[in-house]
Amino acid sequence: MRAKGPLSHAALHMILLGGSFLFLFPLFWMLSTSLKPIEETMLTPPQWIPSALHFDNYLKAVTHGREILGYIPFLEYGKNTLLLCALGVVGTVISNALIAYGFARLRWPGRNIFFGITLATMMIPFPVLMVPMFVLFRELGWVGTFRPLWIPAWFGSAFNIFLLRQFFLTIPRELSDAAVVDGCSEFQVFRHVILPLSRPALSVVALFYFLFTWNDFLGPLIYLTDQRMFTLSLGLQFYQSQHGGTEWHLLMAAATIVVLPVIVLFFFTQRTFIQGIALTGMKG
Amino acid sequence: MRGLRRRELWAGLAFVSPWVVGLGVFLIYPIVASLYYSFCDYSVLDRARPIGLANYTDLAKDSLFWKSLFNTLFYAALAVPLGLGLALALALLLNSGVRGLTVYRTIFFLPALMPMVALAVLWLWIFNGEYGVLNVALARLGIQAPPWLTDPAWSKPALVLLSMWGVGQAMVIFLAGLQDVPEHLYEAADLDGASWWDKIRHVTLPMISPVILFNGIMGIIGSLQFFAIPYIMTPNGQPARSAYFYAMYLYDNAFLYLRMGYASAMAWILFILIFCLTLVSLRLAARYVHYEAAP
Repeated sequence: MRAKGPLSHAALHMILLGGSFLFLFPLFWMLSTSLKPIEETMLTPPQWIPSALHFDNYLKAVTHGREILGYIPFLEYGKNTLLLCALGVVGTVISNALIAYGFARLRWPGRNIFFGITLATMMIPFPVLMVPMFVLFRELGWVGTFRPLWIPAWFGSAFNIFLLRQFFLTIPRELSDAAVVDGCSEFQVFRHVILPLSRPALSVVALFYFLFTWNDFLGPLIYLTDQRMFTLSLGLQFYQSQHGGTEWHLLMAAATIVVLPVIVLFFFTQRTFIQGIALTGMKG
Repeated sequence: MRGLRRRELWAGLAFVSPWVVGLGVFLIYPIVASLYYSFCDYSVLDRARPIGLANYTDLAKDSLFWKSLFNTLFYAALAVPLGLGLALALALLLNSGVRGLTVYRTIFFLPALMPMVALAVLWLWIFNGEYGVLNVALARLGIQAPPWLTDPAWSKPALVLLSMWGVGQAMVIFLAGLQDVPEHLYEAADLDGASWWDKIRHVTLPMISPVILFNGIMGIIGSLQFFAIPYIMTPNGQPARSAYFYAMYLYDNAFLYLRMGYASAMAWILFILIFCLTLVSLRLAARYVHYEAAP
């Protein structure tokens, strides 16, 4: 729609450019600070653009902490995070696709009641589950391992089941019926008819889960005890609590390392992203 | 026919079997256990000992509980409506046929992608009392800025300000809603000689009211669980517990003081609060929200 406002095009662009400046400036400031020598972080008025680009700050942020306060193994954190993301994304996609297929394409007694319960559980806030989950994982001896952070992903989640079910419902019934007539089993229909047609929805689920894991702070905070097993988010907080307050240039370099992959990923998957977010709002 | 139904039942259960386990182990069991713990004295190290309503009556007398609840409601009461307003305003601006829509949308959305921890660390630097760029900029504009995070009166407003930077997600959802408003409604309004403001009031807002409701409820749920950012930026809710939020006190009770029963009681109060606020929103919505009949 084009609801022409009371603003001229020039005025509109002025406002949007001003807004863009405000929204981009903090990111610019992070990048700029991360490339400065330490003296230039403490000037008034501030030095907007570093006099020389100190890329070595990144190297220091990743390794050099060792001399000051003990080694903060950022590369290790990156590996841990990617491992958790990979295990979680694969589990989330497989489990939720299977479950959603069971709800969307098969008729069985009790299905609707079960689906209703599934939707109702979306209301439960995480703090309610937090304590018993911790107790449970502690009993299992999983606290201090990665397991509490990825194994649950292999057992479905209400929101993703809902999202994929809605998508599967839009695939014409005739396609799967034809496959059944050709002698396909239910699993083969799922694997060879439904899954290939559901790429867009599956990539939304995968992408959002990847981001959730990459950004998650509370989960690693509760379950990870060994500093070497930290994720990037938890590692950055740890780094801040150790180094914070003085070496802003190194802290900003560390923050950039955590942010940059997300931004790069966003630029490559922008369409999926925007569609996915719009999709999550649609059910409102 | 019977055989087919049985086959469908087994196939159905086979497909949803991961969820039977997931729902039972990671949802139903924790819900029941959490409710039980909330009536217990439980430190994890010892067995849970039922103590009736004591956790709840203790909470009623716990001044830090009330303080954290007040802080949280204060934050939500500012951050949710302001965030909704800003997100909607940006979406309306972007939806007015402006060129470069996708570029602007990307820019406004970008901060919403930031991992919470990175966001908190970055804004610690921006708000910094000595070298923080925000106060330098405000000083240039002739504004004597407060020392934000170190002043009990300004710590919560600072966090509200920061939350405005992350409205991109709500904005994208609004924009999708706006793009679904049928063109012919505006054309009809034009024929009636409606002004821009008339069209916003009588066409746009009613048509996207379900989206406003959705974003509003999501905002309430999110802000009542506000945790990672203040945990990093205002540890222990300093200064003077002015930025000590409900979820922080809950976390501290559970994992710092090992008062699992007390924390569970707090979790249930939070759940009931969220439930009631959602219900109130839906009630209000029943009066104002317009659902278009399916075509």
